[in-house]
Amino acid sequence: MAVAQTDVAEIPVQKSGGYWSGVARRLSRDPVTLGCAAILVALIGSAAFAPWLGLADPYTGSMVARLNPIGSEGHILGTDEQGRDMLARLIYGGRLTLFIGLVPVILAFFIGSFLGITAGYVGGLLNTIIMRTVDVFFAFPSVLLAIAISGALGAGIVNSLVSLTIVFIPPITRVAEAVTSGVRSLDYIDAARATGASALTVIRVHVIGNVLSPIFVYATSLTSVCMILAAGLSFLGIGVRPPEPEWGLMLNTLRSAIYVDPWLAALPGVMIFVTSLCLNLLSDGVRSAMNVRD
Amino acid sequence: MSATETLRPDSPAQILRVTGLQKHFPVRGGILGRQKARVQAVDGVSFAVEEGETLGIVGESGCGKSTTARLLVGLIDRDRGDVRFDGRTLGKDLTLRDLRRGMQMVFQDSYASLNPRLTIEESIAFGARIQGLSDPVGRARDLMDRVGLDPARFAQRYPHEVSGGQRQRINIARALAMSPKIVVLDEAVSALDKSVEAQVLNLLADLRAEFGLTYIFISHDLNVVRYISDRILVMYLGEVVELAPVDLIWSRQAHPYTRSLFSAMPSMDPDNRTEEPPLTGDPPNPINPPSGCRFHTRCKFAEAVCARDVPVMRDISGGQGHLAACHLHDTASGHSRAGEEGLT
Amino acid sequence: MFVYFLRRLILVLPVAFGVSVICFMLVQIAPGDPLTAIMPVDATAEQQAEMRAAYGLDKPLPVQYVVWVGNLIQGDMGRSIATGRPVAGEVFGAVQNSLLLAVTAALIAFPIGVLLGFVAGYFRDTILDRIVTAISIAGVSVPNYWLGIVLVIIFSVNLGWLPSMGAGPGGSQDWSWDWVHVRHLILPAVTLAVVPIGIVARTVRALAGDILSMDFVTALYAKGMSRGDVLRHVARNAAATALSVMGLQLGYLLGGSILIETVFNWPGSGYLLSNAIFQRDLPLLQGTILVLALFFVAMNLVVDVAQAAIDPRIQRN
Repeated sequence: MAVAQTDVAEIPVQKSGGYWSGVARRLSRDPVTLGCAAILVALIGSAAFAPWLGLADPYTGSMVARLNPIGSEGHILGTDEQGRDMLARLIYGGRLTLFIGLVPVILAFFIGSFLGITAGYVGGLLNTIIMRTVDVFFAFPSVLLAIAISGALGAGIVNSLVSLTIVFIPPITRVAEAVTSGVRSLDYIDAARATGASALTVIRVHVIGNVLSPIFVYATSLTSVCMILAAGLSFLGIGVRPPEPEWGLMLNTLRSAIYVDPWLAALPGVMIFVTSLCLNLLSDGVRSAMNVRD
Repeated sequence: MSATETLRPDSPAQILRVTGLQKHFPVRGGILGRQKARVQAVDGVSFAVEEGETLGIVGESGCGKSTTARLLVGLIDRDRGDVRFDGRTLGKDLTLRDLRRGMQMVFQDSYASLNPRLTIEESIAFGARIQGLSDPVGRARDLMDRVGLDPARFAQRYPHEVSGGQRQRINIARALAMSPKIVVLDEAVSALDKSVEAQVLNLLADLRAEFGLTYIFISHDLNVVRYISDRILVMYLGEVVELAPVDLIWSRQAHPYTRSLFSAMPSMDPDNRTEEPPLTGDPPNPINPPSGCRFHTRCKFAEAVCARDVPVMRDISGGQGHLAACHLHDTASGHSRAGEEGLT
Repeated sequence: MFVYFLRRLILVLPVAFGVSVICFMLVQIAPGDPLTAIMPVDATAEQQAEMRAAYGLDKPLPVQYVVWVGNLIQGDMGRSIATGRPVAGEVFGAVQNSLLLAVTAALIAFPIGVLLGFVAGYFRDTILDRIVTAISIAGVSVPNYWLGIVLVIIFSVNLGWLPSMGAGPGGSQDWSWDWVHVRHLILPAVTLAVVPIGIVARTVRALAGDILSMDFVTALYAKGMSRGDVLRHVARNAAATALSVMGLQLGYLLGGSILIETVFNWPGSGYLLSNAIFQRDLPLLQGTILVLALFFVAMNLVVDVAQAAIDPRIQRN
């Protein structure tokens, strides 16, 4: 769960023109990456269309049907500690887990790119202020920071989104700043400035197009960490509140069942693991497809 | 050296007049990261360029050539010095925006100076669009044609899809799209193959004639500078040491530094080879440049006076415009061999 | 070297200041009045105001901050709202336990990670490399709190070999290195070690692969050096970077053990923290996070200086 590990130098500098078709061609020859993408599409799709899949109600339990084992009649994946259908809760659970796992990275991508591009392009005092503030946030291991902010704000979906977004803004800002100052030092930026164009125009036309995709690639590598953290907050009880189905929270409430039906209790974690593994492999695959130079 | 002595008298023909241009970069270090020293990148450079003229600037790497170029087009802020363009003084009755319209730059690295995500046409049209000129795309296509690139073939290509020579033509077209009066060429042909270099040089000469351009041509290659320039300015450690018309400096290098620079140049003519040993060692650190004449640490004529007094630029050609800053050419300097014939 | 150390030390001060501001702000962003927990329900407005004054909460924020930092410097981190005991004592006791867990996990993770990474880097693009890469991707992808539960299921529930929670008899008070206690340490430490194994293996693999492909390695072979000698050279070159990654990982282990401590009821800082969160014990929350973050800052400093000592090029920077 280390956010700070990615080496900025690894991030490919943007190519254009037929570049993307080359990336697509390389991806199409990579079965692992394609497989992961398929699993993620299935997970996101089933979560999005959960109400139309003919599943049991994920909120309705039954006192008599508690902790039915995997493979029970009517409950393919068994029931949880309140007798609710596990399959339904796992699929519905994907909605919240994926939402809280992905949205903070997207928000942090926009905010961090804005801050990092500004700092990298403008430089000087503004750069110092932004980057020194970022340094302070780097003094907290990401898990600690997420728990600290969520712990102080209290449980709740919005609070989780806020705390995770704050956790991921600093690393994205740092990468955005590094990529931008690299581009900033290239002659075409000087040539554009020499036309008398305003800083905003130079950034819009000449900087953003060349920095956004490396920043984005980096951001995608954070989604798996964010997912694990999001579910972790709920697991600790400072994320999603019961009775909402959410993988981390389900893992928590089923802990009491490990002596009764251990494998049932481990199921929500399998979902988190598979999702995060696929996110990592997909991100690696896309990264290496983009890294190849012509 | 005092600024004004480098200059010819003020005249309306001068399109650019630079006086006492200075840029020092801070060097930070120490425990608190405070400014420890200053790199004297450009220190009191003065010169004037007449309309339609080409001024070549030569010197070793690190002598401040490129910094001078970037200062001229306002890419870095100058510490001190006046830049007068077309009769108006920058910061007084001339804005940076107007200066940029009238003075454009071509960079050495043809690849790094083009945005990889813009088509060639878009890159050329960008400046015209910014300055609100009419029909930027049409202008871009005309200029592509003019620099020898067929718009039908090249307009929609990306920089990585064309050769280095073609890219440099694009960069030239991009600079011309602003209809500048002056083009600053910073090692613009240095990275090209010799055959391509010759083509681009010829193109530059044609364009100069066609558009009545004024060039400031920066290069470390004396032969190239000789081909394109009317006058040559020699820089050493951020200062001007010699300034002369091409023919005069070619027949006689007044400053010992210029002399060693020329002698390092390979010559095809066996009779024309100098006995002069080439300059050895790296130039001294511009953070703490030598006192007096900055060249005295590497000069074979150096005497005590050279380390003590800063030589000034003076005319050594009886009014033909050959200037040099060396105590050897100042009989009043106290140098024991001052005024001696045949030394330089 | 000494100048470099001093410079790094001075650079740490503003970061430490920023950390303290963030920790101070944690209490401010918390909803509700920090005194609700200890204020009698029927307190009159006058009593409430009196209480606020007693705790200095009537003063402007910057003043409160200065007072808070002033107390911190004297080692006073306030009192826990839940237990009334000084926060400092509670936190340091818990951090010791967390440190025990983190260092044990590091001792498991680093040798394994380095070995796996080295094997993968040395035998690049072989089946060994593929296996190690798969292990390290799985390692960084696994939610370790779930892995903890799985290990409990296997080793405690099914096999009954190891205990599933706590730190042994006597709880956190009297740890000793006997089997009764150590067996409590095994599962949480192994769980915690999985992520850093993945990260260290990944780093070392990249380093070894890069260095082996460098010109100087070819030159060493060309000079007739044996395989073992070349390996030693490669290892020394990679040491500085590998060390810094591992140092940071130790910091992450301490900060990241919160979830694992919760799974195993390990009486460390994470356990303390989750108690503080549920009892809305803000001074305790604040103190725990401050100590952990400052420890991480100090760890960073140590890593930087050690890295510079091994590889003098870094000092020039």
